[in-house]
Amino acid sequence: MAKKSYRQAINEAIAQEMRRDENVLIWGEDNAGGAGTEGESDAWGGVLGVTKGLFPEFGPDRVLDTPISESAFIGAAAGAAATGLRPVAELMFVDFMGVCFDQIFNQAAKFRYMFGGKAVTPMVIRTMYGAGFRAASQHSQALYPVFTHIPGLKVIIPSSPYEAKGLMIQAIRDDDPCIFFEHKVMYDEEEEVPDDPYTIPFGEANLTREGDDVTIVAFGRMVQMANQAADALEKDGISCTVLDPRTTSPLDTDTILECVEDTGRLVVVDEANPRCSMASDISGIVAQNAFKALKGPIQMVTPPHTPVPFAPELEDAFVPSPDKIAAAVRATMA
Amino acid sequence: MTTDIEPIVMPKWGLAMTEGLLTSWLVDEGVELKPGTEIAEIETTKIANVFETPIEGKLRKLVATEGETLPVGALLAVIADDEVSNENIEAYVTTFQENFVPEETGEEAGPEPETVSVGEHRISYLKVGEGEGDPVLLIHGFGADTTGWMFNQTALADGRPVYALDLPGHGRSSKFVGDGSVTALSKAVSGFTAALGLKNVHLVGHSLGGAIAIAAATEVGAKSLTVIDPAGLGTDINIGFLQGFIDGKRGKQLKPVLEQLVADKSLISRDMINEVIKFKRVDGVLAGLQAIVDSNFAGGVQSIDLRATVKDLAIPVSVIWGREDEIIPVSQAEGIGDSTGVTVIDGAGHIPQMEKASEVNDIILATIGA
Repeated sequence: MAKKSYRQAINEAIAQEMRRDENVLIWGEDNAGGAGTEGESDAWGGVLGVTKGLFPEFGPDRVLDTPISESAFIGAAAGAAATGLRPVAELMFVDFMGVCFDQIFNQAAKFRYMFGGKAVTPMVIRTMYGAGFRAASQHSQALYPVFTHIPGLKVIIPSSPYEAKGLMIQAIRDDDPCIFFEHKVMYDEEEEVPDDPYTIPFGEANLTREGDDVTIVAFGRMVQMANQAADALEKDGISCTVLDPRTTSPLDTDTILECVEDTGRLVVVDEANPRCSMASDISGIVAQNAFKALKGPIQMVTPPHTPVPFAPELEDAFVPSPDKIAAAVRATMA
Repeated sequence: MTTDIEPIVMPKWGLAMTEGLLTSWLVDEGVELKPGTEIAEIETTKIANVFETPIEGKLRKLVATEGETLPVGALLAVIADDEVSNENIEAYVTTFQENFVPEETGEEAGPEPETVSVGEHRISYLKVGEGEGDPVLLIHGFGADTTGWMFNQTALADGRPVYALDLPGHGRSSKFVGDGSVTALSKAVSGFTAALGLKNVHLVGHSLGGAIAIAAATEVGAKSLTVIDPAGLGTDINIGFLQGFIDGKRGKQLKPVLEQLVADKSLISRDMINEVIKFKRVDGVLAGLQAIVDSNFAGGVQSIDLRATVKDLAIPVSVIWGREDEIIPVSQAEGIGDSTGVTVIDGAGHIPQMEKASEVNDIILATIGA
């Protein structure tokens, strides 16, 4: 077992599934890296190099470049999945998803339901999200709550390289459309990742810290922020549970409620805008189902309800930080 | 009497250990440390363990404080005779701390696992130590891997190579287990020693690995055999543990299962449970483990009886058993038919090689005639 980056972990997951199942294929902008044109083959592997190396191994029938037409190639993925393939399509930035909402929301997400359970749609849409990349408001959003809102989609937000590999393999083997959110700031983060293929089940939260005083629910990149906050608070005698739901749909509501019942306090950390977010959703679920267990007000740590700023100082101030999470923990204990 | 000052430092238990948490001191300043004196409890990401003093002498100063997490090699305490002044000890500590550089994590951190093809298996193994001494081969039990020998492998490797392998279906080895029987697994082990050209091997097997070691001993031309809480010497086995290990998906379910392995339940750390969960997620692992259980332990009855085999061995044989073993009862130690080679260890459960590592290491070294 070696240390692998978040990028390598995702690449290895896709490569191992492509070796295992010839129906798995990938496409997206620059996924084949300009292969078939003049110049270097496999030059990119997607804009940040996640699929680099797959074209030389699997060739032009299974690794395809697409035109800059998301509605066309995401629609093609839905159709290919409905007819027996298992495509993994890369939609560069989730911010561009708007042009293919029909293909995702009204087609892929509905096939199983509209065809009486007889149709399956085993497609994965890989997409980058998140602030901190100095990429301004049109390339930095955390839009997973939008997809969580639609029944029929599975929404995955891996919080580390180990999580990314196991959840990607699970997503490729899953028979429903999966939206796989990769945080663009995390691609070079490393940890131990097994060489063998493995799967992490959906809807099963991971407790990265276990404590008695406060439950912190956090998603994706926010999990490491929450861990840092919990470690800092531990030194002051405040012990926190940090719960990473891994998937927002399905959501491990049972474990969230159990943890809140154990600790009596809840802080939700969400990189999405605060209105109609996972923070407000989980706060609502807990308020409705575990109100009597609460010893203090629920706290939400989110960006403000604004677009992601371009100025670096403002962008850094926009994203939830360990300090803000720690302050929220103290607030719920006050 | 000397004027030497000697340091006691954070030990390195197993390849993955880079730091340890000093949970508590078990001795006070001023006591005389003898071989085997338990001086501290240290928690690693894998397991908590009692740290026995590596050197003798008068404990003059406890440098590390309880609750501190320190890198491997960091100064924990200082040993010196009474003649050494407190000023000299303070100066020693200051100099040590100023010059201490923690070992870099990663590449150069000791031996790396290697792999070898054995029939249909790809066997991963870790070799520690060099020298003229005959090699030792450590064979782990059901659901474990080479890291289960973290307190033993280096301790046994003075002047001889010590190999620890991952059985088929385990650790980094390929997950194909054949029919999962002790016979099939012992063929993989004898194939392994043949592939590496190991001669005069001292076999050490734990639990399922104990049965495999007995079954493979003649084929590999073993020079001695040490079995720890082994299978194969009686009928009963705790099927609740085996099936619970396979079926438990969450930490909450696995914790009580894994706690059956040890006498001191607090030793089972959250990270140890997580390692088991991660292992079980790997493709093919659950099917392999189930095949092993179905083939050897169906219904909680051991289907292979190696009592006659072990009696027929014309090599030194030792049996070690934790008195509080909840997986395979200690009464099965009688299965060897001769009590002279049997040691029952108090305060240990099914994995005395972790719970009472130095006692087990001493017995293994005595058995191999070191």
